[in-house]
Amino acid sequence: MLFNLRKRTFEGGIHVEDYKELTDSQPIEVLNPGEKVVIPLHQHFGAPAEPLVKKGDEVKVGQKIGEGKARFSAHVHSSVSGRVKAIDYYNHPSGQFALSVIIENDGEYTPFEEEKEIKDPFSLSPEQIIEKVKEAGIVGMGGAAFPTFIKLNPPPDKPIDTIIINGCECEPFLNADNRLMIEHPEDILRGAVLIKIATGAERIIIGIEDNKSDAIKIMESHAKDFPFTEVIPLKTKYPQGAEKNLIYALLKRQVPAGGLPFDVGVVVQNVATAKAIWEALSKGKPLYERVVTVTGQGIKEPKNLLVRVGTLLKELIDFCGGLKEDTKMIVMGGPMMGVAQWSLDVPVIKATSGIIALTYIPKDHEQPCIRCGRCAEHCPMGLIPNQLMRLTKFGEIEEADKWGILNCVECGCCGFVCPANIPLVHWIRTGKNKVSLLRKQK
Amino acid sequence: MNQKEERIFTIRSSPHLKDKESIPRIMYTVVISLLPPVIASIYFFGYRALAIIITSVISCLFTEGIILLIRKKPINFLWDGSAIITGVLLALTLPPSLSLDLVFIGGVIAIGIGKQAFGGLGYNIFNPALVGRAFLQTAFPVAMTTWTPTIIQKVDIATFATPLGNLKFNQAIIKGTLTPLKELFWGNVGGCIGETSAIALLIGGLILFWRKCIDWRIPAGIISTLFVFTGVFWLINPEKYASPVFHLLAGGVLLGAIFMATDMVTSPITPLGNWIYAIGIGLFIGIIRLFGGLPEGVMFSILFMNAFVPLLNQFTRPRYFGEMKK
Repeated sequence: MLFNLRKRTFEGGIHVEDYKELTDSQPIEVLNPGEKVVIPLHQHFGAPAEPLVKKGDEVKVGQKIGEGKARFSAHVHSSVSGRVKAIDYYNHPSGQFALSVIIENDGEYTPFEEEKEIKDPFSLSPEQIIEKVKEAGIVGMGGAAFPTFIKLNPPPDKPIDTIIINGCECEPFLNADNRLMIEHPEDILRGAVLIKIATGAERIIIGIEDNKSDAIKIMESHAKDFPFTEVIPLKTKYPQGAEKNLIYALLKRQVPAGGLPFDVGVVVQNVATAKAIWEALSKGKPLYERVVTVTGQGIKEPKNLLVRVGTLLKELIDFCGGLKEDTKMIVMGGPMMGVAQWSLDVPVIKATSGIIALTYIPKDHEQPCIRCGRCAEHCPMGLIPNQLMRLTKFGEIEEADKWGILNCVECGCCGFVCPANIPLVHWIRTGKNKVSLLRKQK
Repeated sequence: MNQKEERIFTIRSSPHLKDKESIPRIMYTVVISLLPPVIASIYFFGYRALAIIITSVISCLFTEGIILLIRKKPINFLWDGSAIITGVLLALTLPPSLSLDLVFIGGVIAIGIGKQAFGGLGYNIFNPALVGRAFLQTAFPVAMTTWTPTIIQKVDIATFATPLGNLKFNQAIIKGTLTPLKELFWGNVGGCIGETSAIALLIGGLILFWRKCIDWRIPAGIISTLFVFTGVFWLINPEKYASPVFHLLAGGVLLGAIFMATDMVTSPITPLGNWIYAIGIGLFIGIIRLFGGLPEGVMFSILFMNAFVPLLNQFTRPRYFGEMKK
């Protein structure tokens, strides 16, 4: 239909070749870890969890091994059964070393508690749902890893009317969410209903980019059985899945700068998170495994894998046929926002949506800014990246704050289009840190 | 872990994808968009125009190369295309009779003072080509205002003037000798070699717009402001003032509005800043042409507004996403 051609979207952003075809029709395969499993205690936004086990302890699948005590934190659970070999600093996907529980996997996968069918999770009260989500250590699985129980618990003066289930997966290469929607639509929708109950919202919208036509079809056919639930296809444009841009595209509401989706009556959850919520509440299963897309031109057999948290990258890559000789970079996450890895001796964490092996390194030959304005034209947050870069460079930190530097979501559109190859995101990150520091000092 | 797996991968800051755009790509797009006016200049002014363009480009590349060497900068910057653009643009703003040694001096000043003295590409405040031209106009005023007709024009060389000179100094409206608009549109009139053909400049502008190498607000703002400004006076007294269409097509308005004022480095980075900048240029052109001592004011108007760009940037910050009105 003609009037359907103008799909909902936001302003700015970029069109990127998506390379989704490498794995979009690969069914999710199960990969169990090898002998050593490394579970970092810091896999989420906020403070690290504190270890509950010590060297030599026996642990079982789903046993809580780290407790998130701070206000912003999350519990961590064992993904295997076996003996704790050490609690020590280990390579972390962020590039630093993080305190981790290193477990010798006995390969038995003995559950900590027998999975118990909860008769009717839908009859739980909002408080019970939030408590169980917190207990299951669920965090946002789209990449930011924000503790989910906080997102389900808006302040009382901020009523929620709409739940958005984010099925955009706008990062190129990734298909983890796409495959989940195709293979487990019911679980996602049931999880969405639980989120609706927890927050008291009236309706559920599932936003999916229109390059995932299979997922849209399947989700639409299942959504029919759920009241007040609709699937809305969105234009394929990066970063369509960025929270604030997604809310704007679907509802034309602008989350105020520095604010949260609560402020406009919305809660956004990723499809994988919704599924995790359903599993936690229906089976008492904490978050200890997730789907990871292993792909890129450097991977011999790209696949979508269901992997236990703590499995080392090397095992994922070996399972996918190994690396091609010309692999230059390994990125955890999507290529636009993911973190480059220097080693394969790094564990999968709750936020690992993909492992991408790239056979090239983007040009890093930096030239002076010619103020062409492409960065500003494509910035989904309406910022002027080249100005933010300049202000940071010259130490004009207060001015950078005024120009809205803290609103940058680091989506990478500016760096993608910059003809001078300036690492704009890197400069803006530096500037954001300096602004935050300055604000704290005041 | 065996030896083979222990290789260390490149680490860098995200994003790890990059489109094909680059500074040379943008610059050479501008060079291509300059071809229509270049071809028109050669068509109307012959080999003389070609000689001026080649001399100017060589002068700019030569100066850029020498200074890059002195500043110990990578010499491959020379081929990013920006010096070639300055060379061509400078040439297009010169009269056809100008001697080639003066053209060469213009190129040296344009790059040396206009660009490299400020730190090279991306750092200059004023449009380099116009700096070169301003120097020539001030240092060699007679040579810079000696006009010759096009090679296909049949006119008396002794009393020859540009359409704007004719308007200002020869009472062309009263005598009825104002240059016809059709001539101005195609370009068979006297003037700087690159400014005469409106159609060639418009084609170049379309290429720039299509390839997103210019902000449309700048030409739109300059042209509409000048149109309104000269239009008001024309409506009041058509005996004394020429029509707004004449003012748009005659002289350097289109060359300036499409190729000079839109220079990315020397124009504002904010949308509102660009509007103010463009309206300022349009107003100054109108004021100089109608009330100033010179027949033409495009060059000085652009240079003048260039000086305001840092200030405009500072005070025209656009509202970002989610910013609430205070």
